[in-house]
Formats: sequence, C-alpha cells, structure tokens
Amino acid sequence: MLTLKQISKHYNPGSVNELCLFRGFDFTIEEGEFVSVVGSNGSGKTSLLNIICGSIDVDGGCILVNGQDITGQKDYVRQRKIGRVYQDPAKGTCPSMTILENMSLADNKGRHYGLGKGVNKGRVSEYREILSQLGLGLEDKLHTQVGALSGGQRQALALLMSTMTPVDFLILDEHTAALDPKTAQIIMELTDKIVREKQVTTIMVTHNLRYAVEYGSRLVMMHEGTVILDKSGEEKRKIDTEEIMRIFNRISVECGN
Amino acid sequence: MQIPDRVIKNQPGNSKERTKLALLLSVLEQGLIYGIMGLGVYITYKILDFPDLTVDGSFPLGAAIACILISKGIPAILTLPVCFFAGAFVGMLTGLIHVKCKVRDLLSGIIMMTALYTVNLRIAGRANLPIYNADNIFDNSLVNGIFKGSLENCKTVIVILVITVMTKCLLDWYLSTKSGFLLRAVGDNDTIVTSLGVDRGFVKIVGLSVANALVTLSGCIFAQQQRFFDISVGTGTVVIGLASVIIGTSLFRKVTLWKVTTSVVAGSLIYKGCVALAIRMGLASSDLKLITAVLFLIILVLGMDRKKKVKTDVDIETNQ
Repeated sequence: MLTLKQISKHYNPGSVNELCLFRGFDFTIEEGEFVSVVGSNGSGKTSLLNIICGSIDVDGGCILVNGQDITGQKDYVRQRKIGRVYQDPAKGTCPSMTILENMSLADNKGRHYGLGKGVNKGRVSEYREILSQLGLGLEDKLHTQVGALSGGQRQALALLMSTMTPVDFLILDEHTAALDPKTAQIIMELTDKIVREKQVTTIMVTHNLRYAVEYGSRLVMMHEGTVILDKSGEEKRKIDTEEIMRIFNRISVECGN
Repeated sequence: MQIPDRVIKNQPGNSKERTKLALLLSVLEQGLIYGIMGLGVYITYKILDFPDLTVDGSFPLGAAIACILISKGIPAILTLPVCFFAGAFVGMLTGLIHVKCKVRDLLSGIIMMTALYTVNLRIAGRANLPIYNADNIFDNSLVNGIFKGSLENCKTVIVILVITVMTKCLLDWYLSTKSGFLLRAVGDNDTIVTSLGVDRGFVKIVGLSVANALVTLSGCIFAQQQRFFDISVGTGTVVIGLASVIIGTSLFRKVTLWKVTTSVVAGSLIYKGCVALAIRMGLASSDLKLITAVLFLIILVLGMDRKKKVKTDVDIETNQ
C-alpha cells in the first residue's frame, strides 16, 4: 500500500514564476490496484510519479510504503522496488548494448553489480522464452543492439525489463504516448497482461482517455494538483469514455484552454 | 613514399634498412604505450560520454612517479601498480568534483589538470628528471637475460606489447562483468542506472578511476621508455587519446573480428605512424602540436559525418 500524506510541492520558490502544485495533497493506493491517472498538462500527474519515485523532492508531507516512511530515501534506493516505464522509449533501455545485455542488467536489479559475469548464460533460454511471448520476433535478435530496434520494440523491451524482478509498484509514465496507434494498442495489451500475471500494483499516467476507461481497476482525474474524480470498482466499470471526455472538457474550459 | 636523405645522413654508420627498422620500432613502442592511454580515454569519451581533461595531468603523473621512484632505487616493476592506483585516486577525485560538487564535466577535468601540474612538479622535485643510468622495466637483469643478441633491439617493444595486451584483456574482462555493464549503461542512458537501483554518480566515479588508472599507467611506461620525466610531457595527451579512439573506432567500425578496445590500440598505432611519417617528410617536431590539432579536427569532422550516416541508417530501419 502506498500513502501520500499532506504532500506540498512548490516549483521555483521565491521567484516570480513560483508555482504551488500540491498543497496538502493526500492520496492512497491499495495493494494490487491498477490506477489510471488522467488530467491536462500541468495538472500534476507526472510530478506525482516523480514524487513517488524520488526523482523530485517534496517540500512537505510524507510518503509511506506499507507504513514505512520513505520520504528521505534516495531515488535509486527506492527504485529497487519500483519498475518504471517512461514516455520516451529510449529511457528504458541502453541503445548501445544488445537485447541480451539489457535483459541481464535488468535481471540483476536490486542485487549487487560486482565483478561476476555480466550475462548469466544459464538464464538465456528463459530470456528467449519471455521475449517470445511478445510475438515481435525479438527472441531471435538477442545479440542485436537495442538502438537498432523500433520505438515500439524498445518500449516492449523496456516494459519487460521493468518487471523482470519482483517490484512493489509499476509506474507507467505516458508509456504509449510516443508510439503509433497500432503499436500503442499492442503495448497497452501487453501491459494489461503483465499487470494481471504479476499482480503488481500499477499507476499509469495517460492522455488516452479510452485506455484509462478500458484498463485498470481505478480511474483518477487530476486538475491543478488535486484529485477531482476518483472512481474504482463498480463505479469505474459504469463510466464510459464520453462521460470522462465531458468532465475533461469542462475543467479545460474553466482553465481557459 | 619518398624519404628525405638528410634523416639518414644525420645518422652516420646506419644503413637505410636499420634506420627504417629503428623508426618502425619506435612507432610500435610509442603507439602501444599511447594505446593504453587511448583505452583510458575510450572509457571516458566513448563509454561514459565524459570529455575528461584530467588525462593531461594524470599522464605526466605516471611519468613523475615512475622517475622519482626509480631514481630512489625502487624496483622498476613496482612503479606499475603504484602508478595504476595513483591514477585511480586522481580519477576518483575528478569524479567526486563532478558528482558531489556538481561541477560540469569539462571543468572538473580542467580543475584536476591544473592542480596536477603542481602536484607533478612536487613529486618529481623539478621540471625535468632523467633516469638514464637506472634500471627500468625494459632494461634490467631479467629482461636482458631473456633477450640477447639480435633480439635485443626488440626487447622494449615486446615488453610493451605484453603489458598492452594484458591491459586490454583486463579491460575487456571488466567491461563484460556486471559492474562493467553498469559503466556502459551509465554513459548510454543514466536514467536506467537509477531505475536499476544503483547510484549513477558512483558508477561515473568508478569509470573515471579506471580510465585515469590506465592513463597514469601509460605515462609510467612512457617515462621509462624515454628515460626521463618532463613536465610538458602531458600537454595534448587528451588530443592524442581522442585521436586514437576516433581513428580506431571509425576505421574499424565494420570489423567484427575483434573488440573495440583492439581498434583503439590500432588507432593509436596508426596515429603514431602518421606523426612519424610527417616528421620523416621534413616537418620539425615543434610543428607537431599544430599538425595534431589540425589532424584531430579533420578526424572529428569526418567522425561526425559518419555518426550522422549511422543515425540515418537506423532511422530508415525504424521507419520500415
């Protein structure tokens, strides 16, 4: 369970551009939930993810994971238990290393990176097996540099790599936004499959309202640093894209967008 | 290639063939020594994507330490590990300045390079320290015992070859370990290193340490081959290193038979060969830095062109 308590976050404090994004922000995610987060630009979605991952510091409040306060923990310490996929497919993989080397790196996450062999040959057949489930033919390209793959292939690989080791949370930061509609659909279906199989608590930020409605067990809409809509369970199932679109348009108009 | 007569005339008693052989040996010796330095620059420039100017100070650091230790009568073989660890320490300092004090990469190197100038002078005690009469790693009872008679001319190059090959293999091994994988990852995409639960600053510090350890080792061997330390010996080291790396990696880009580290050493040999040819063709050694700079610019521009080409190749592939 993840709890954010009384989070406050200011950008550019003390300057004319000072912006208060969160003021006493509370948010809780239950074990095993798949939360889709939507909202316009600047509503605080990505900041929310960055605060959870420790990529940005908070000015006040605390972050609890299963009751343990992790607010002061360094980003890299926190991320041992977090899998994260970024919007940019280049961020989740190493382009100059091969698929095999990338997967070996991810496979060792949370453990010591010492002077042992980088690639564990005994695991290669398993990597092949995992890759073949993608149906992208990557299992035959183990020795291809990742930089030579297409954006969709790289994102699929990044998604696999982020969940190779057991993680408490899977964080998806608009991870289909840079892909063409067909590839985006494939990645989204793959995401759903992985989340179901691994039963991992997932937070997905997306601009695609249809994905937010179709996938996940809870839907959250954010606006100017607050949650303005939060539906889960039966309520979430009843909601449709048009209704969400209507609410979304209304807040955008209020904002003058 | 026409060889001007005066070079041969200047060395009376030598036949044309022997001069050629001496030149070839000197190119091989220096090319291999600078090859080790090139491997260090390869780590910072190509793997870490960190233009590290510390090498202009850490190369003479190796030379200074080697000469002072040898002049104090310490066995020459011990200078190698001492210089290696001294270089690692210096690289670590550059890394700490960059990571902990958040100074930009180029400036961190410049700070260390400047500081090392004084340090090197202090270590050697003066700006020029010859060790002509002392034993060194090429000239001692063991090496002289193995290489007798006609082999004597080649003993230096063989010893250097052994050290360079060993260093290259050690580096290859390191880059294939988990720690080496992280090093390659941090230059490629440092976000992923954080995602893997590792402090990326630490990985950069490790990389800079390994790189400067190699550069200092190279300076140590260079001083023993030249049999003196001079404070100006490090000037332009980084340019020679970068030239070797870029020549090696772009010329042998398509060669899959050997590893990139081999290409870097080969690049260094080619570079030294070109410089020797330029001098043979009548250029004074005082012109060398200008030639190096111009040559480097040309290589850099050609290298960029290649990079662009590679990128478009990938783009086309992606769009298909």
